[in-house]
Amino acid sequence: MEALAALVIAVLVGCGSYLVLRARTFSVVLGLSLLSYAVNLFLFFSGRLITGAPPLATSSGVTADPLPQALVLTAIVIGFGMTAFVVILALRALGEVGNDHVDGKVDKS
Amino acid sequence: MNHWIILPLLLPLVAGMLNLLLVRAEVGAQRVVSLLTTFVILLFALLLLARAASGHIEIYELGNWPAPFGIVLVLDRLSALMLVLTALLALPVLLHACCGDDQRGRDFHVLFPVQLLGINGAFLTGDLFNLFVFFEILLIASYCLAMHGQGPERTRNALRYVVLNLIGSSLFLIALGTLYGVCGTLNMADLALKVAGSTPDQAPLLRASALLLLSVFGLKAAILPLFLWLPGLYASVLPAVAALFAIMTKVGVYAILRTQSLIFSSQGPAPDAAELLFPLALATLGAGSMCVLGSNRLRVLLAWLVIVSVGTLLAGIGLWNEAGISASLYYLPHSTLIMAGLFLLADHAARQRGLTGDMLEPGPPMSQPNLLGALFLLGAMGAAGLPPLSGFVGKVLLLQAASAPKAVWLWPVALGGSLVALVALGRCGSMLFWKTEGIPLLGTAVSWPRLAPAAALILAGVALAIMAGPVTAYTEATARQLLAPDNYIRAVLGGATP
Repeated sequence: MEALAALVIAVLVGCGSYLVLRARTFSVVLGLSLLSYAVNLFLFFSGRLITGAPPLATSSGVTADPLPQALVLTAIVIGFGMTAFVVILALRALGEVGNDHVDGKVDKS
Repeated sequence: MNHWIILPLLLPLVAGMLNLLLVRAEVGAQRVVSLLTTFVILLFALLLLARAASGHIEIYELGNWPAPFGIVLVLDRLSALMLVLTALLALPVLLHACCGDDQRGRDFHVLFPVQLLGINGAFLTGDLFNLFVFFEILLIASYCLAMHGQGPERTRNALRYVVLNLIGSSLFLIALGTLYGVCGTLNMADLALKVAGSTPDQAPLLRASALLLLSVFGLKAAILPLFLWLPGLYASVLPAVAALFAIMTKVGVYAILRTQSLIFSSQGPAPDAAELLFPLALATLGAGSMCVLGSNRLRVLLAWLVIVSVGTLLAGIGLWNEAGISASLYYLPHSTLIMAGLFLLADHAARQRGLTGDMLEPGPPMSQPNLLGALFLLGAMGAAGLPPLSGFVGKVLLLQAASAPKAVWLWPVALGGSLVALVALGRCGSMLFWKTEGIPLLGTAVSWPRLAPAAALILAGVALAIMAGPVTAYTEATARQLLAPDNYIRAVLGGATP
């Protein structure tokens, strides 16, 4: 299970990094979303992988760490807001600069 | 518990919300709210500075939850100094913006207090995840402020800035997740204890997160490989916003200083971050100086000078001794205020030169060359570090702080950087004020009230030089406090320390 979780995060980060390094804003925004998914999963898993246990101190002993769940909730909200902002900004840049390159310069090729 | 500590966060938040309600009202109402809030924040910051000067570290437990479980705000000498600096910078910048720049876009008076909230929060918080949240608050406000006034140039630079910082935020969260996974806490004082008591098999993970944090804060502070976003952005945003952004790189410097001095000391499991700082700082300083020389616009030149000042600051911190950190903390307010003043002055100069603007090429003579020229001379002397102004005092303190192996590198780079800045600023001044053609543009003369904010910020350099005694006494005490993190940890965790 740990290996699978690590693999999922690794693939997401790999794809995200690749897309972020593209020159057009659409792929960059997609890459940022993938990166933020990876980061959210990573934060969530930082409390260890425990299934079927409540995030509360109970008498039975086995509990899931509640803090990463709170952290990931905050990170998701912030990431969502930022992604929305960058989408609008990218659209605006397309309208104002006239192309969708991150540098705002038209590709010569 | 001392409830004053939360006020630098609550006041701007309330002011921002109030201004949101006043959007449909006259702009005068919003201006009054913003100005009043910033002034009151300055008063409270001075009050907190007076309390922190005693050396006692005060904490504020949010929701009254004790330290490692709840979020704490911590007021020590460094936080108080940064709070006062932020307020001292914000007031003139806001006054300048109220002369018309705030009307060139929407919601300036909503965003400005929120920006202050984020900056103050980053300086006060004692929790690493909370630091991330305040970083995001100050970033989202800065994204919107960077777009204020609009135009393709601004959009292009803002897009780059936003994308880079979103990647930075992702790295920040990965570092936080790693730290939490290893230590099980995110309270900075608690982390310091856990990192100091970590086992050797945890060291690689801690080292990775320390280096990730350094890169994230390095991106905010604009150190060498991560500084290319800054010149374009600072040169394209509105002058008042650029002046406010003078504090933004210092937030990164603060975060580096705080995390490295408290959590990852050089004896700990992650010595690289502290050791890397000095060479990186010198490289930033050198590269920044070269680029200052190659600038073709006044504001691009000033933006590169901001990077040079970041390099100087981090070189002092990278020495990791009391004198070095103290020198940096003296240089920090100086460079922030002077650079902000020069950005505002560049605005006035550009307006008087008509279409030539701040391009460094012959243009029409200004209507008030003597007044603006004198202020530019003062600012340039401060920025280049000429005696008798504060830049000189800061540089001398810094050079004195370096001992044998590091001094060999620091002296030539820092002095060479000063020389290059001097040459560039001299060339720039002669181009702006002497190489003129045509006749002055009519009706561009600036009245004293409009010029006052820029003049006040530049004259702060003179004030800092006059008050060098008390200020260095304070920064030395701050450096001592930073290098003995035990007091910080004890103050935050109280009796909970093992």
